[in-house]
Amino acid sequence: MRALFAFLAGGLFGAGLYVSGMTDTTKVQGWLDVFGAWDPTLAFVLGGAILPMALAWNVTTRRARAALGTEFPGRPAPRIGHNLVVGSVLFGAGWGLAGLCPGPAVASLFWGGTGGLVFLVAMLAGMLAAPPVRNRIDRLATL
Amino acid sequence: MIDPDWIWGLVGGLMIGAAAALFLLVNGRIMGASGIIGGLVDRSGWSTAVERGAFLAGLLLVPGLFVLATGAAAQTNLTGNLWAVIAAGLLVGIGTRLANGCTSGHGVCGISRFSLRGMVATVFYLLAGGMAVVVFKHWLGVV
Repeated sequence: MRALFAFLAGGLFGAGLYVSGMTDTTKVQGWLDVFGAWDPTLAFVLGGAILPMALAWNVTTRRARAALGTEFPGRPAPRIGHNLVVGSVLFGAGWGLAGLCPGPAVASLFWGGTGGLVFLVAMLAGMLAAPPVRNRIDRLATL
Repeated sequence: MIDPDWIWGLVGGLMIGAAAALFLLVNGRIMGASGIIGGLVDRSGWSTAVERGAFLAGLLLVPGLFVLATGAAAQTNLTGNLWAVIAAGLLVGIGTRLANGCTSGHGVCGISRFSLRGMVATVFYLLAGGMAVVVFKHWLGVV
């Protein structure tokens, strides 16, 4: 059951990414291109996505567990650490450079050609490299 | 004047939000693409590997098979500069793991519950993404 609904959620997510245009890197770069030909589509995507999710979070305040029995995820401590900021800046730079983030990178793999595959492999390598990078940044931050 | 792309963006965004709501309310999980992938890559999420794998299978197969079946002219329009693609993939991989989230986790799931961390992360990756487009597209012209 868990796997079935996870598959359905992933499928709906991927279909939504495709329908919204977020698997097209020019739409993403167009949104980030504030000083060029700015494309506001991504604002509609993010706004549309936040709406049902805000309702879902509201439901979690009235129930203890998800339908399949798992406890709802708690709120992480509201700490703004250096890793949150440094990581988001690095992620944003890569996102702007190629116009792909992790979800669309997977969703567009079938038609993304060699470039899409190269991006995904590099992203997975980056994820593998992240723990030692995090340790180094933590050491720098405590100097 | 309403651009049809904005409507598709809103429709796709609602689908993305519905997917995130489904994953939260049924499976009790946060739909963050980088976290779901990263937990498999560094084995930190090995205990929920089947659920993660099923989600990613849906994310990969549903849009992929849709495009194949309908013969839709899907394009990622990714830059042909493979060095830029590799650099971007590494940045996205490292950055999302350091920050513990990407556009779906911090952006969609975080902002919708008024998470300070999600909002701070989103501001920083948007700023960095905008700067990356200015530098790499307009100044250096590499993408």
